[in-house]
Amino acid sequence: MAWIWFHKLGSPPHFYRLAGRMTPWFAWPALLLCLGGLYGGLVSAPADYQQGEGFRIIYVHAPAAWLSVMIYSAMAVYAAVGRIWRINVCHALAASCAGIGASFTLVALVTGSLWGRPMWGTYWEWDPRLTSELVLLFLYLGYMGLRSAIDDTARADRASAVLAIVGAVNVPIIHYSVTWWNSLHQAPSVMKFGKSSMPASMLIPLLMMLLGFTLFFVAIMLVRARGEVLRRERGAQWVAEAAVEA
Amino acid sequence: MSTPVSAARAGWLLMRRDLRLAMRRPGEWLQPLGFFLVVMTLFPLAGNPQLSRLRDMAPAALWVAALLSSLLALEFLFREDGQDGTLEQLAVSGLPLSWLLLAKTCVHWLLTGLPLVLVGPLAATALGAPYASIPGVLVVLLVGSLALSLIGAVGAALTLGLRRGGVLLALLVLPLAVPVLIFGARASALAIALEPMAGSIYLLGSIAVLSATLAPLAAAAAMRISLE
Repeated sequence: MAWIWFHKLGSPPHFYRLAGRMTPWFAWPALLLCLGGLYGGLVSAPADYQQGEGFRIIYVHAPAAWLSVMIYSAMAVYAAVGRIWRINVCHALAASCAGIGASFTLVALVTGSLWGRPMWGTYWEWDPRLTSELVLLFLYLGYMGLRSAIDDTARADRASAVLAIVGAVNVPIIHYSVTWWNSLHQAPSVMKFGKSSMPASMLIPLLMMLLGFTLFFVAIMLVRARGEVLRRERGAQWVAEAAVEA
Repeated sequence: MSTPVSAARAGWLLMRRDLRLAMRRPGEWLQPLGFFLVVMTLFPLAGNPQLSRLRDMAPAALWVAALLSSLLALEFLFREDGQDGTLEQLAVSGLPLSWLLLAKTCVHWLLTGLPLVLVGPLAATALGAPYASIPGVLVVLLVGSLALSLIGAVGAALTLGLRRGGVLLALLVLPLAVPVLIFGARASALAIALEPMAGSIYLLGSIAVLSATLAPLAAAAAMRISLE
């Protein structure tokens, strides 16, 4: 009995309606938090005594980098749940995660290299964290490539689920191998943000941005998953009824 | 129906079968080795051919060439058996598929990885590595190429029978092989510099053990999907 809500979530029409109702609850707080965080970060926070105004890109870079890893984990969990309990909706969620995760990884890479220009004097440095972000982007591209190479949706779901799980096992290994590789090669030349704890005027906007980006991701994921569910169920009766309602 | 075969015996029989088939077509499994040597030759041609300069580049050249040639060799791992239905028979045989795929991957490594392990150190000496470094480089390649074959098996099983399989296989496998490349190149650099390299070998070995444990399971899961 206790698991009925879980199985109900797995029913596409139920998920479609629920996701549609929940999206604004994530989207509006995300918008407010991001606006507040941006104001706090770009306007009211003081300039860093070492990095000057350039540090402000952290308010976009850090949330994007956090999401790039978080979305991959979420994708792997959805893929595993979808594969173990054979829940189609979970595969739809995993599929909609991939594109968003790849975009945030790209944002983290671009903002990281923009930050690197004034700090390191070059757009690209083989810094361990940037390098592992780049490998993560390749992992996303591989996942999306495999999905698009298989025409049959059910087969694409299961094959890409295996890949997502294998990738999730590999992500920490890749991260640490890249970190060690760099520290073996050369002395770390990365300026560390967090050593001296951030003053609250810098930290609070950052936390707002982190939460805002995360909520934004959930909202976008729900929108995309609804589209994905519609695409998968396009022949079903409930889709026609939902179209009449809307 | 004859008497049921134990998994260990089935693995052994499968290895013998694969070896015998491969021995009748030596040209096929020697191609990756030729590819490896060609790529190794390209580095001095494209860069500075002074031996002292080449020595700095040797570990990178060795591992990029090894990685690319192992990727190329993955074509042969399941293709023939996928086309003639052998893999379906293995999947429905009731024996653990992961075990059978591990046996197949081992044979594949014997045919495409081991020649590379034997020739690689010599190719490294041609790029300026001292002769005393040959045993060290050999050990590194031995451990690393095994890990590469095992990781590659997952990708080969996932892309079995796909249209654009080749390029996709590279996109899937290369990011996953990054740790092997890093530690392998690092250990080879230490071996070529004649420095102790135990730490990097241990890391490489742990990756190989981890892939030997998990990769056959993932490959079997992927294979069952590809065979549907």
